[in-house]
Amino acid sequence: MTTTPTFDSVQIGDAIPSFETPPLSRLTLALYCGASGDHNPIHVDIDFVKKAGMPDVIAHGMLSMAWLARVLTNWVPQTALRAYSVRFAAMTQVGERITCAGKVVEKFERAGERCVRLELSTTNADGQVKLTGDAVVALR
Amino acid sequence: MIDKRFIGHVMPAFSAEVEKGRLRFFAKATGQTDPVYADEAAARAAGFPSLPVPPTFLFCLEMEAPDPAAIRNLLGMDYRTLLHGEQGFTYHRMAFAGDTLTFEQRIDDIYDKKGGALEFVVLKTRVTNQRGEDVAELRAVTVIRNKVESA
Repeated sequence: MTTTPTFDSVQIGDAIPSFETPPLSRLTLALYCGASGDHNPIHVDIDFVKKAGMPDVIAHGMLSMAWLARVLTNWVPQTALRAYSVRFAAMTQVGERITCAGKVVEKFERAGERCVRLELSTTNADGQVKLTGDAVVALR
Repeated sequence: MIDKRFIGHVMPAFSAEVEKGRLRFFAKATGQTDPVYADEAAARAAGFPSLPVPPTFLFCLEMEAPDPAAIRNLLGMDYRTLLHGEQGFTYHRMAFAGDTLTFEQRIDDIYDKKGGALEFVVLKTRVTNQRGEDVAELRAVTVIRNKVESA
C-alpha cells in the first residue's frame, strides 16, 4: 500500500485511484457464489436462467459492491472506513469490464474525527453506470 | 401489498462464526490481492489479531440465518419479483477470523411508490461480536415489482 492520505492533503474534487476489472467471467461468478454463500441460480446456472426466459446470467450486485470496496481499502486501511453504501442501478453482465472509481465530495468533522465523504461508482466500458455509492472515511 | 404492521418487527437473533478459509476464498472471488486479507502474517503485521472481515462480507454472514427465507415468508414476498435496491454499512469496529458475530434484524420500514407498482422493505441489522461490542449496522432495501392493473 502507498502512503495513507491525510485530511489536509486531500481536496474536494480529488479522484482517488480507480481500477478496471478484467472482463467478468463465469468462473468469477461461480467463485463468488461459493464464497459469498449467495447460491441464487440466476447468477450461475444458465439452464435455469433460460428456462425463466432470460438471455443470460447476471452478476451478483454484491460482487460489484465488493470490487468497489477495494477502491476504498486500496486508498486507506479498512480501520478508517466509517460508512459505505450503494444503490444498484443496472445489472452487470458476463464479459463486461467494470471501472470502479471514487472522488472526494465533502470534508467535515464528526464526533471529534476528521472525515471525508466519497462519491463512488461502477461503470462499464460504454459509461453505463451500474452502481452508485458513497463512503465516509476518517483521516488523520 | 405487504402489511405495514410488520414495520418494527424484530427477527430472532442468530450467530455466525468468521472462518479463515472462507475469508481467503472471498478475497480470491472478489479479486482482492492485498495480502492483509488472505495471509495471516500480513494481517498480524498490519496490527490485526487475524484475517480481517472485509467491508461487505458481513452481508454474506447475514445470509447464514437459520432460515434465509424467513423474512420473505413472514412478509409474503415472491422471490421472483424481488430486487436488491440498496445496501449500506455503518462500521463501529473491525471483525476478524475467529470472531462469533450476532445478527439482530429489524424491519425498519415498508413503503410503496407508483400506486403500489413498487414496494420497498428496509431491513436494518445490528451486528455485535462475542464481547457484546457493536461491529456494524447493515441497511438493505429490497424492491418488490408488482404487476398493477391499469385503472
